[in-house]
Amino acid sequence: MKKTTNNPLSLLIKGLLLENPVFVLVLGTCPTLAVTTGVKGAVGMGIAATLVLICSNIVISLLKKIIPDTVRIPSYIIVIAGFVTVVQMIMQALPALKSIYELLGVYLPLITVNCIILGRAEMFANKNTVKDSALDGVGMGLGFTAALISMALIREVLGKASFFDIPLTFLEPYKISFLAQPPGGFFVFGVLIAIVNVITKGKAPFKKDFSCEGCPSAALCHGKCGEGEEKEARE
Amino acid sequence: MELFKSLIIILMGSVLVNNYVLTRFLGICPFLGVSKKLDQATGMGISVTFVMLLATAATWPIQKFLLDRFNLGYLQTVVFILVIATLVQFIEIILKKFIPSLHKSLGVYLPLITTNCAVLGVTINNINDGYSFLESMVSSLGVGLGFLLAMVLFSGVRSKLEDADIPEAFKGIPITLVAASIVSLAFFGFGGVVEGLFA
Repeated sequence: MKKTTNNPLSLLIKGLLLENPVFVLVLGTCPTLAVTTGVKGAVGMGIAATLVLICSNIVISLLKKIIPDTVRIPSYIIVIAGFVTVVQMIMQALPALKSIYELLGVYLPLITVNCIILGRAEMFANKNTVKDSALDGVGMGLGFTAALISMALIREVLGKASFFDIPLTFLEPYKISFLAQPPGGFFVFGVLIAIVNVITKGKAPFKKDFSCEGCPSAALCHGKCGEGEEKEARE
Repeated sequence: MELFKSLIIILMGSVLVNNYVLTRFLGICPFLGVSKKLDQATGMGISVTFVMLLATAATWPIQKFLLDRFNLGYLQTVVFILVIATLVQFIEIILKKFIPSLHKSLGVYLPLITTNCAVLGVTINNINDGYSFLESMVSSLGVGLGFLLAMVLFSGVRSKLEDADIPEAFKGIPITLVAASIVSLAFFGFGGVVEGLFA
């Protein structure tokens, strides 16, 4: 794995483009595709996931010496699920956030299994200081939110001819409703990754394919999912 | 007969119309990650179906007889993920001990399923939709089969992609997502199937 530089500023900025969790590391694809039909849902999901990410990074970094190595993944999941419940309860309680709570629906509890959060716990928080982990959480959270908003902007403005649920009447005759539908989500995501690939060419760890590297589950399967493939190739 | 009809509607609805992967975006990571080869895709699909059925059988009674009864609804996320994680671990141990041949073919995929959002998603959705135990089990079976179907179809599409001439920037992940978009578009065709099933 690449050694991470611990300069506070670079920790904050790297999440935005060079190590963007969505477009470069390709983690947390499910919420990225599901909640980006509108900017409102994207902002809500981004902020909720960022809060959980910062809190879980801090706690896991604090507990890194106490949690035994063999049961670390279940322990991380429980810590994360706890914070997700806290965020869920806060959103339910505040009248201003109630509509976002209903909009996100089942995707809110599913933040628990968002690969970004577990991935950062496994890749960063369990081997870095509390301060660095908190900054990493902020940076990655911002990167996640920025990615969600950029996708939602394309899908809502071009697909639904509206912005933040406010209709843009002049765009109405030109809207491409395909983009707001599920297939459009996959399509916009693919195109955006291709664009980010071109922009960051040579600077970012260009991920050629889905592999065990960067996959938070790699710790669980011990790289076995890749091994099977190699065996087949030899046969 | 009415019961049978409603079960068929739930089953077909979750296999085709509300396919979790292609229209609800749950379980995208294994869908994209393990769909390169047909046999891997099948193995993963069967494992997920198996775990979904067991997870539903375990979480539904917990919700009804424990969480609802003692007003602990807010603990749903924590309890469900804990149950699923333990269950997966448990299945792995049992398979390893008693059915080693099955463990050999499915064992690799089992740990990955703990963090599969489709499994947690289906258990929570069953509760939110107010399904009975039988309906929940049928819905989980449907979602699992839908996942398997999507995986198998997509692995076929991906094997064609390997020989294609793809622009540099689109190589790897982007073209896979564009291909997934087209497969997802194909599932749009099932839109009215369930409503017309018994009409």
